[in-house]
Amino acid sequence: MGELGAFIVLALVTLIPAVVVVTSHNIVRAAFSLVPSFLGVTGLYILLQAEFVAGIQVLIYVGAITVLLLFVIMLTEGGTGVRLRQVNEQVPLGAMAAVWLAFVIIVILTRTVWPVGAGSPPPYNATAIGNAFMTDYVLIFEATSLVLLVSLIGAIVTARGEE
Amino acid sequence: MLAESAIISASMPKVLLDWFYVAVFAVVGTLMAVLPLAVVWLLAPRQDSPQKTITYESGVLPFGQAWAQFNVRYYLFALIFVVFDVEVIYLYPWAVVFRQLGPVAFVEMLVFLLILLVGLVYAWKKGALEWV
Amino acid sequence: MSWVLELLKAIGLTVLLFTFLAVVTAMMGVYAERKIAGWIQARLGPKHVGPQGLLQTVADTVKLLQKEHITPRRADVLMFNAAPVVVAVAALLDWVVIPFGTLGSRVLVVRDINIGVLYFSAMASVTVLGILTAGWSSNNKYALLGGLRSASQLISYELPLALGILWAAMVAGTLSTVGIVEAQIQQGGWFLFTLPPPIGRLGAPFGILAAVTFLVAATAEVNRVPFDLPEAESELVAGYFVEYTGMRFALFQLGEYGEMFGMAALATIMFLGGWAEPHLAPYLWVAVALGAVVVAAVILLTARHSLVIRPVLSLAVLTAAVGLLMSVGGHLPSIVWFLLKLFTLVFFLMWVRWTYPRLRLDQLLNLSWKVLLPLGLLNLLATGLVLTLGGR
Repeated sequence: MGELGAFIVLALVTLIPAVVVVTSHNIVRAAFSLVPSFLGVTGLYILLQAEFVAGIQVLIYVGAITVLLLFVIMLTEGGTGVRLRQVNEQVPLGAMAAVWLAFVIIVILTRTVWPVGAGSPPPYNATAIGNAFMTDYVLIFEATSLVLLVSLIGAIVTARGEE
Repeated sequence: MLAESAIISASMPKVLLDWFYVAVFAVVGTLMAVLPLAVVWLLAPRQDSPQKTITYESGVLPFGQAWAQFNVRYYLFALIFVVFDVEVIYLYPWAVVFRQLGPVAFVEMLVFLLILLVGLVYAWKKGALEWV
Repeated sequence: MSWVLELLKAIGLTVLLFTFLAVVTAMMGVYAERKIAGWIQARLGPKHVGPQGLLQTVADTVKLLQKEHITPRRADVLMFNAAPVVVAVAALLDWVVIPFGTLGSRVLVVRDINIGVLYFSAMASVTVLGILTAGWSSNNKYALLGGLRSASQLISYELPLALGILWAAMVAGTLSTVGIVEAQIQQGGWFLFTLPPPIGRLGAPFGILAAVTFLVAATAEVNRVPFDLPEAESELVAGYFVEYTGMRFALFQLGEYGEMFGMAALATIMFLGGWAEPHLAPYLWVAVALGAVVVAAVILLTARHSLVIRPVLSLAVLTAAVGLLMSVGGHLPSIVWFLLKLFTLVFFLMWVRWTYPRLRLDQLLNLSWKVLLPLGLLNLLATGLVLTLGGR
């Protein structure tokens, strides 16, 4: 019961700011509205007892990605302070697509038989993740660093496009 | 502490209880931070005047908008920061298990970090870490 | 009905910690800062309100409560008001994982969260948002420039900070703050000077390097001199909070001091053994006591003005008393040890603030990206190598 209540509250905390993000006329406010939404997702991770992922969610999304987004907005000439049009003449089309997508998702959700796990999550999931990285998934782990390297080089090349 | 937490864990896992506290801290903390603002609202004078609410610009009348374009350098640093922040995230689980796993974990992390050090050296050589 | 009890306990602890932040870190912190600044600059500091000016910040707080809240006409009102609250709450949330000591078998900590230090750095990173909000919503050129500078500084130093935290987590093998202190108690020495056996004291250079990296980064994270460019009174007229008045300004101060004490507390936990009582041979404690007396005597004999007499004497008497008490086998409660270490670190940070000039922006970024970040990574790897060679 308590878990359901917490889930509903967190879902609202995630979704209401998300609506603001896509409807606000002020782009900086829209970017800041992402923060409560991200925090709501953090709460959902906590409900799943994935503490480590929750910590990452705050550190990366709230503390880094949002800052990056804000920097981008503030760098754009006239990007802040202007009234933004969030809709255009294709609204009916978009609405139709959204309704269709929602319908499909609801059908899939209700038709699927969800397996209910009996076990409890690993007691201390940073340890579990660490062990998985260092043993079974070591190749993926090293590949991740290559991905990061490529994205770093890509970031530098695109950001310094003028030279 | 031990006996007490055993009773609670029957109804609520430790993780949830931990973060329940964090949530209460966030909510009640916000209320307590707003409280003095409310006291000010009751106590302090409120006299609006057109001069008083002008943006402060060292005494002269402000010109133009503050919301203008800024140096692209900030953006570059933010990009590099995000990449390295993600890298640091991978170090946390490694740090926890490192001493249980021993040499294997060390070599694996050495490879991981050396690849990223290449990135740092690249950024350095390309002058991405310069503020000009 | 156990959850109602937990809720009441949580609310009570929030009120307690918030009061601690407001009274000890903000009010006493500001008072100590002004007094120490006074001593260093050969002036008196606050003196007239209460004995030795002790009630000065209380009076200041009462004054701030009566000040009008001025909101600039062109500001974004909602976000302008939210920013100081975000900064203050982020600082409060840091303290959830800080253990103050032990009472019997209980550890005095709000919650010993499994991912403790990761949680701390995550909450500390939220501060950036409050600062950016403040800078942008003021619609003031100084504020926006200060906010952007501050944000770029905070994100640059977050990495060396995280590397310092990771170093301690790696040596202790856990992310829990309580676990890190217990690891130090178990190995019988602070991480600053000792690595786990068989390395022991030989590991001191690594610990000291990690602690220095962490402290430098922490100083930058809380925007203190020599890293106070975002606030730079003389060029940016206090930066991102230039438009804030009264209690809203006070909330920024609360957040800043809460964060500074929080960083010092984390450094205490990671490198200075947290609440653990240092174990030295009795003769070494006598040496500590004598050393304090000798240093005080030298300072007093060579000082050119009489202002330093009282502070130096009181510090020397305090240190000598602790040294003598410990040398005869006495004990202090663990919470006293924790606070002693914490305040020593805070004193150190204040000392630095009033001694060094401000860095330039390019120097600041160079220090982070070209010195601290590679140094932190190499130290992490070197310590890992040493631990591996030493049989973990």
